[in-house]
Order: sequence, then structure tokens, then C-alpha cells
Amino acid sequence: MAEEKKARRPVDPNSAKYKLGKIASDAFADAIAAKKEGKPVAWVSSNFPVEIPETLGLATAYPENQAAGIAARGAGERMCEVAEAEGYSNDICAYARISMAYAKLKECPEQDVAMPDVLLCCNNICNCMIKWYENLAIELNIPMILLDIPFNPDYEVSQAEIDYVSAQFWDAVHTLENLFDLKWSDERFKEVTGFSCRSSRAWLDATGQAKYTPSPFNGFDLLNHMAVMVTARGKEAAGEAMEQLLKEYKENHENGTSTYRGEEKYRVMFEGIACWPYLRATSHGLRDRGINMVTTIYADAFGFDYHSFDEMIAAYCSVPNAINLEKSRDKRIKLCKDNNVEGLLVHTNRSCKLWSGFMSEMSRQIGEACNIPVASFDGDQADPRNFSEAQYDTRVQGLMEIMEANKEAKGE
Amino acid sequence: MYTLGIDIGSTTSKCILLQDGEKIIGKSLFVGGMGTDSPERAMDSILKSCELSAGDVARTIITGYGRKNFQHGDGEVSELTCHALGGRFVFPELRSVIDIGGQDAKVIILSESGRMSNFVMNDKCAAGTGRFLDVMATILQMDIGDFDACAAKSSNPASISSTCTVFAESEVISQLANGVQREDLIAGICASVAARVSALARRAGVTPMVCMSGGVAKNGAVRRALEQSLDMTIEVSPLAQYFGAIGAAIYAHRQVVKETR
Repeated sequence: MAEEKKARRPVDPNSAKYKLGKIASDAFADAIAAKKEGKPVAWVSSNFPVEIPETLGLATAYPENQAAGIAARGAGERMCEVAEAEGYSNDICAYARISMAYAKLKECPEQDVAMPDVLLCCNNICNCMIKWYENLAIELNIPMILLDIPFNPDYEVSQAEIDYVSAQFWDAVHTLENLFDLKWSDERFKEVTGFSCRSSRAWLDATGQAKYTPSPFNGFDLLNHMAVMVTARGKEAAGEAMEQLLKEYKENHENGTSTYRGEEKYRVMFEGIACWPYLRATSHGLRDRGINMVTTIYADAFGFDYHSFDEMIAAYCSVPNAINLEKSRDKRIKLCKDNNVEGLLVHTNRSCKLWSGFMSEMSRQIGEACNIPVASFDGDQADPRNFSEAQYDTRVQGLMEIMEANKEAKGE
Repeated sequence: MYTLGIDIGSTTSKCILLQDGEKIIGKSLFVGGMGTDSPERAMDSILKSCELSAGDVARTIITGYGRKNFQHGDGEVSELTCHALGGRFVFPELRSVIDIGGQDAKVIILSESGRMSNFVMNDKCAAGTGRFLDVMATILQMDIGDFDACAAKSSNPASISSTCTVFAESEVISQLANGVQREDLIAGICASVAARVSALARRAGVTPMVCMSGGVAKNGAVRRALEQSLDMTIEVSPLAQYFGAIGAAIYAHRQVVKETR
């Protein structure tokens, strides 16, 4: 007799999980619907100022988000191979390869998106983004707008950088107005920035609830919920859903409950983009040992809170991959200390040379500053060929055994 | 009280039987690791040689890459903890263990009190592991056990610049074709493993006293190259290949003692 499938419990439509899931799936569906109506669609990089397309009413899709979804649903290898057959090296970011494959195939049942009329690229998340989008622009024969936010070697954002990015911001607005006959409205901009800040404040407050021990949530939840922060943080519904999430986490803490199943014995910070093709293996490898990943800079990276135009620009100049090692380190040390982290697990991500390259030194500094053990594992954000479950397992177990020995030494 | 430690690696299975957490009363090593019957054979052999039955053993702990799939244990611990415990058992002042096994290389750092405080492992690549040496031995049609003596004859070690095992294989073949002496090639191959592993060791914060464990510890050429690269003396014990199993048996003993307190 075939094994009966365990029925999934229906998700409460008033829950944050339902609301956030709906916003994330609607983001793809809305752009597809807009396209069918003949409206223009933009493909947007994840840390491009969402305030621009949202204010202009331009439909959007996020290739990074799409690639993560495709990889999590098991089609990463198939799509990467399509791009590789086109001549793209397997040393290139797997998100980029999946996106290039989609540009060729224009379909992928694991996560379809509306095809774009324009590309909105910002390199604050990664410089590879420029070449990726340039290739898309050539392959699809559509315009690309680049908002150049270079890597900042200084600790603070200078006024010169704010001025440089602000000028590009307005240039992007005017170019889009001209391309698609759109109209900028200061009133609408004010409304959108309000939504974006509201979402961000609630999101950062929600992730900050990990300050409690035990944490009221499993950190892997953040990896799902952050899709809304990437794709829809400028929408009113996102703010409402994030506030619901915060409310639930606060209630969990008050009631002594958590979305983390089992006893939380150890608390770690996860460094790097999730290993989407092996989300289950990486998550269970922690959960089975009583380890909760309580915080990750990757989730907080998509919260932008500001009080003025210049502060908004400065926030986009301060995303994790655009800032120097010292500032990146200090942000992470703060997360570790605020959330009582006992160990650091680093994803050495073959796709993300920038992020992984400086992590061996940065994680050493974080480990020393916080007096916590550090373990790293090899993997990839979207190409499943670059991960070994047995090797991951040994490293996580080693990390756990050090945390256990540390607790014993402290008499906990 | 007897406790048993079994280390199931990728190429060999090792067992240690410990009395009262202090005295090694038996050891066994069988070629063949995870996915073979060697772990069972190693266990049967050690019990037979010590004239004991499975019922006489208070606890059996499994370690190594095959630790999850062996049915006759009471628990499993990572080889990282076990190599630290086993190394410290043999060298009481030990602070760093360099373990070069069949499919990985790791450097384990111990605190003054002997707790594992940090570790660094190789990435997925086979360079710097025992597998790299196996591949090279096959190309050179040599027994890996003869590497040490052969490398000692080298007066001009060859430079093996490729870190990738597949590329290094081509490099060795082409150097052979160009008439480079076999002993110089072997010395170069061992130096290449040592260079890779010493980088890991520095990253981990290697501190004297340092020892080597794992099968490659028997290879004096790699050990000497590592000593040179790190500018540190590296201790080696005839029990180097058993450190994982010793650590597992110690862990088993500590668990039982803790539970009966």
C-alpha cells in the first residue's frame, strides 16, 4: 500500500506566515498580470531602491528572488546547465546563470516571472550584478539602468557618495519616465517611503526578538519571510504583514513558545546566503542537534529605515556587501552580542566570491571578539553540485561539540 | 570498565578497546571503511583478541565519516572531538592536531586544558588529503608506503604548482615524460600536500605542541615538509592512525562515568 501523505495543516489566513507567503507569491503573479495588460515590467536587483519603481507604478520582478525559488524547488542544476551550454562559466554566480538560462528559455515551471522591458541594476549587493545585467540587456535587447553604488572602503558614508548616488537616483527616475511615459509624484513617493520604513522597522524589530532565550522563532523562518522584504517592502501590505510577524514573535516570547521545534540548546549566527538547494539538509542538520540559527546579517540586510532622502541614500550605501571589513565585522559582532550567539556557522558560497572571500578573516575577528567558535562549510546558493551533506554534517557536529564543551566548562 | 571506540573512515576502519578510560588493551585496523564490512570485522577482531564479548563493553562510540550508518554503536561523535581527545591522550601537552585522512584534512586546536577550541577543515577539493597522495602513487605505480624512503633520496624536489588533483596528475605525468627523477617528483608531491595543509594550520592558529594523526602521519616526507613550512616540530606516534578510535573510546568512558555519578 502506498504511504499516505501527511495532510498539511491549513495555514491561518490571519497569520503572518499566510500573509507574507501571499505577498511573495502575488509579487510574481502581479508582474505577470501587468505584462498581460501590456504594462512595462522591470527586472530589479535586490538592493536597488524599491522606492523608484514603486512610486512610478512600474511592475517588478526580482531575478535573485526567482533564482532562489528555482534552486529551492530543485531546478538549480538544470537551469545552470542551460546557461553553461550557452558558454557561461560555472565559476559565475549561480543566480546569474539561472537568470541567463531563464532569459533564453523564458519559462521555468519552478518559478516563472514576467519577462522584462527594462533592467534596474544596483551593484551595492555585488559587482557581478553589472555584468549579469549587461548580458541580460544584450540577450533581451532591452535598456539597463545602472545605479552605481561602489564598495565603500571607508567606515562612514560620505556626503560626496550620497550626492553621487542621489544624482543617479533622479537620473534613473527621469529615464524611466521617458521610457514608459510614467509620472513621478512626490506625494506618492512620500507614501511609498512610509510603507518601506514601516515594513523595515517591523522586520528589524521582528528579527531582533531573537534577543530572548529561547528565541521565539526558528531563524530559518527569516530566510522565507525575507522574500517580502526583497520584493515588496515598499507596499502597504508588507508593513501590515511584518507587524503581524512581530506581534506573533512577541506573543511567542510571552507564552514561552517558538516556531523552533524542540529544545533550543545552542544559538548560532549563520553567515552568507542560504544554501537554497539544500535548505532542508542544512536546516535539519542544525535542528537535529538542538541548534537554532537565531540571526543572520543576510535577513537584516533588507531592512531600510530612514528619516530623510539623504538618509535613504545612505542606507542603500550601507548594505552588507558595499561596506568595508571593519564595518561589516562590527555589524555582525553586534548581532552576535545582541542575540547571545554561541557559535558562528559560515557558508563558504562558491557563487559569492566577494562575500566568501573576506569571511575567513572576518569570521576570525568575530570569533575572537565574541569568544565563540567558528565553523565553515562549502556550498552554493543555487548550484547543488557544490555541496556535500556529509562534510556539512561533520562541521556542524564539530561546532556543536565545541559549544557543548564551552557550556560544560562554564558549568551551564 | 571497558569502552570501545570505532573510527570508520573513508579507506580504513580502526578500533580501540580501553580499560577504565586509561589503558589501551586492544587495537585493530582493517583496510576498507564506510560501506564495507571492515568496521564489523575490526570490532569482531578486537573483541576476539581481548577474549571479550560485546556484552562486556560498557559503551561503544562511533566516529569518522561512517559514524551515522554503523548499527552496533551506542552513540556517535565527530572525528574532530575524537582526534583532539585521542591526541591529548597520547601527548598530554598537545595543543594542535593536524589530521590528514583519506578524504579530508583538518587542523584542530586545543585549549590549555585540552578542550577543542577551534578547527579548520579543507574545502571540498581533494588537494591536501590522503586521496591526493593515493592518486599520485597510482600514476607513479608505487606503493604509498615507499614514498618516505624515496623522497628522502631527492636532491632537487620538483615543483607541483597545481592545487587541483586532476591538474596535478597531468603535471606529474608531463614532468615524468620530461625526465624529472621519480624521487624529486615524490618530494614535490609531499611538499605540495604540506603547503596546502600548513595554510589550513596557520588559519586555525596552530600552536605547539603539534602532532599529526591519520594515515598520512606515517609519511615522513609530508611531516618534514610541514615542519619546515610551519617552523615547528611535529610529533608523531605509532598510534597516530588510531587517534580517532582512542578519542571515541575515551568519550564513551567519560559518558558512562558522567551518567553514573
